[in-house]
Amino acid sequence: MPFIPHTENDTRTMLDTIGADAIEDLFDEIPAGLRARSLNEIPAGRNEMAVSRLVQTRAAQDTQALSFLGAGAYEHHIPAAVWELTTRGEFYTAYTPYQAEASQGTLQLLYEFQTMMAELTAMDVSNASLYDGASALAEAVLMAVRANRKSKSKRILMPATVHPTYRSVVNTIVRHQGIQLELVDYDTQGGHIDPANLPAEPGDIAALVIPQPNFFGTLEDVDTLTDWAQSHGALVIGVVNPTAMALIAPPGEWGNGAGADIVCGEGQPLGAPLSSGGPYFGFMCCAQKHVRQMPGRIIGRTTDLEGKTGYVLTLQAREQHIRRSKATSNICTNQGLLTTAATIYLSLMGPEGLRQTAEHSHANTQKLAKKLCMIDGVEKIFDRPCFHETVLRLPKPANEVLSALDTQDVLGGFDLFQAYPELGNAILICATETKTDDDLEQYATALRNVLA
Amino acid sequence: MHDTHTPLIFEHSRPGRVNNTHTQRNTASVNTIPDTLLRKTPPRLPEVSEMDAVRHYTRLSQKNFSIDTHFYPLGSCTMKHNPRACNTLAMLPGFLGRHPLSPEQHGQGYLSCMWDLQEILKDVTGMTAVSLTPMAGAQGEFAGVAMIRAYHDANNDTTRSEILVPDAAHGTNPATATMCGYATKEIPTDANGDVDVDALKAVVGPQTAGIMLTNPSTLGVFDRRIKEIAEIVHDAGGLLYYDGANLNAILGKVKPGDMGFDVIHMNLHKTFSTPHGGGGPGAGPVGVSERLKPFMPIPVVGKNDDGYYWLTEKDLPQTIGRLSTFMGNAGVLLRAYIYALLLGREGMTRVADYATLNANYLMAKLNQAGFDMALPERRATHEFILTLKRQAKEQGVTAMDFAKRLLDYGFHAPTTYFPLIVPECLLIEPTESESKETLDAFVEAMVAIQKEAESDAETLKGAPYTMPMRRLDDVKAARELDLRYKTDNNQ
Ligand SMILES: Cc1ncc(COP(=O)(O)O)c(C=O)c1O
Repeated sequence: MPFIPHTENDTRTMLDTIGADAIEDLFDEIPAGLRARSLNEIPAGRNEMAVSRLVQTRAAQDTQALSFLGAGAYEHHIPAAVWELTTRGEFYTAYTPYQAEASQGTLQLLYEFQTMMAELTAMDVSNASLYDGASALAEAVLMAVRANRKSKSKRILMPATVHPTYRSVVNTIVRHQGIQLELVDYDTQGGHIDPANLPAEPGDIAALVIPQPNFFGTLEDVDTLTDWAQSHGALVIGVVNPTAMALIAPPGEWGNGAGADIVCGEGQPLGAPLSSGGPYFGFMCCAQKHVRQMPGRIIGRTTDLEGKTGYVLTLQAREQHIRRSKATSNICTNQGLLTTAATIYLSLMGPEGLRQTAEHSHANTQKLAKKLCMIDGVEKIFDRPCFHETVLRLPKPANEVLSALDTQDVLGGFDLFQAYPELGNAILICATETKTDDDLEQYATALRNVLA
Repeated sequence: MHDTHTPLIFEHSRPGRVNNTHTQRNTASVNTIPDTLLRKTPPRLPEVSEMDAVRHYTRLSQKNFSIDTHFYPLGSCTMKHNPRACNTLAMLPGFLGRHPLSPEQHGQGYLSCMWDLQEILKDVTGMTAVSLTPMAGAQGEFAGVAMIRAYHDANNDTTRSEILVPDAAHGTNPATATMCGYATKEIPTDANGDVDVDALKAVVGPQTAGIMLTNPSTLGVFDRRIKEIAEIVHDAGGLLYYDGANLNAILGKVKPGDMGFDVIHMNLHKTFSTPHGGGGPGAGPVGVSERLKPFMPIPVVGKNDDGYYWLTEKDLPQTIGRLSTFMGNAGVLLRAYIYALLLGREGMTRVADYATLNANYLMAKLNQAGFDMALPERRATHEFILTLKRQAKEQGVTAMDFAKRLLDYGFHAPTTYFPLIVPECLLIEPTESESKETLDAFVEAMVAIQKEAESDAETLKGAPYTMPMRRLDDVKAARELDLRYKTDNNQ
């Protein structure tokens, strides 16, 4: 039987041991009136050959055009060794390392992961993952409200330059706890939050969220924003792209003081395939003083009975299985396998490889923007520096242009009209290190044709 | 297992050991970014060769127990075999390469799989509609309770402030109630392991928003009075949340929709055999009854004459909203779908049959070997509870000692100390994929450990002995926090 080893003989002997006549007897505590009708909507079982045929046909339907889409998920080269190692059964089929002595592989790897994330963000500590970037920001907001003991307001300043879906997810997740999310408008020239436009007397705020780079790809004036927030008693929550951390100033170094308080983001660029949106992983780092307010699993180094170094789940008194209704979060299962991939990815890239990836992604996007802006009616909207995305204005409605590009096998970017109608015919483009000069040229040619 | 120390990857690092196989070779210009925004010192990531990394992580993997290497009867976690076809097929390039924001016409293959999975899960649960977007059980719980809240709000029923949760419930239940702005009220369990219906009657009222119930419960038994419980809560105007983390023993046997539930989450990383990945990822889809359908989290897959598409805010204006940047753990859902195809309808019922047979057999054998069951008069479902209260009293050994010693015998330990209401407990879930021989060997190990408890309790308390580590000091870990390597040490 598929995935069931029992022989008829086994079943008979086992029932005898139990003292039951038939397997059916084992369900006799279920009230008769509740017994299910049959599973009519589910097809009959198929063998691996038939299922492979069916699923391969489906996968082949999903054609791959040349893509310049980013907007929260980024195409990067993933070294072959990453998933070769990650899908080893010992990583793939283990669970949360509750039995530390029999899970030192996962635990040591997670300790290395925490170290790498803390290094990337220049923060003191990291947890062992949350679900994804958007939900990690929601957790960061909840954490900031708990951690900022001086603030009574539960007010969070949320810039309009934060990914629109992140803002929407945060709203879904935190709205039941009396938290107010106040939108901070952006500067239409720079595509960033202009610190000069922040109120001089903001009142009691629990935290300011600072995206770096922001959703437009633009780099925020993080130092001034950080100093402004902290001088008004607010914590700083950084939302960062981990690849960018190899190139631009990390949140631990923002401002004149101790840097950001909490940092989170989407881990997908570190070794996770695009895969229709998941599984990815959320990461979260913070200053040491806030560690007891962190959600999620945390791994610590300790010693065994003989004094040898080993690793365990620690600070579990924050978590749902101990603290129940008073836990820092309800999260239990996280995105462990994706952090495994990220740890191996970062080991293979090293500081130099990650910096090169960041630099080439940045340079390709600059090159692409320049090429496209040579076409009549196409222009860059914002004048601030960018990481690996930027916003272009088109002479025709963005959705029409993007559909036309699609017929030429180019996914030309993300239509900003729904989230930012005030920008008019605007698209967000991204060209990572995976794009060659020919790819950029292909896009330019297609756009020229479409706009001709 | 061998007990050699494995240095951290950082200790293999040597400055200047550049591995540039994975990057473009030419240099790129970053002169448009002003210095003030640039990073001054590079992050101290390891500088190792590809072989260093491959060896290191291969070696680390070998320090894990996993389903692929060991019997892993971790209760409430359903550590069954993860068929390899599910992984191979979910990693086909067409699926892996698809950007989540690429147009729907480029994702018809993927979307059709998700549509089919929604239909399968509707049938399994007996619910009206399914949203696949929650990324694990706890997020499914959040979605469910948020829908309950949205329902009451839509009815201007704003005085409901409490969620009822049995005292045996998983910790995510009360934690979720808090995240949704509700107070938790605990309901005691009666001597037979069912929810104490009299106690329920006493606390239910106009302040009750709903109840979160697990059935089969975390005590490993089917709550026989489920219909009555449903009626009591519904009569008070509350809604019923079904924690369907563990459906393995009821697949094709009972449908939560038929028990009167309004919303359920499922853990596909358990019942539908997607890998647990050393802690995740999971997938926690929610199924809803007709009255909660307008509130489902988005996106949901829809279908019309042109094909498959995403339902969004426009289609479900009363939705509780989005829970992830895109659509949740897409690749996990694919694996679950492929597993469901391999099983088919008869295969699902068979899973329930043999998961239940294995649990009842293991319970009977352990009972015959002299161990005490928490609920000896009851049938086991997919799991059951053994209590070592007597051993704790007579030999001074604990459930933890048994758990650690089991590792030496080559078995991952069952879940320990959960549910919290049974002293010195082991929650044991063998799953359908284990053979009789494996179960018999587990019983022999338990009997051997019991003998050790009687003859040499001190040795038992020192376990494990054959792992890469002896027993680790949790107290020290929490007291002298060391959460990252200080990379300065070697640079
Ligand atoms: C009964 C029960 N409910 C809820 C959960 C939470 O699910 P998850 O860990 O996927 O968030 C679990 C498992 O961990 C469980 O066993």
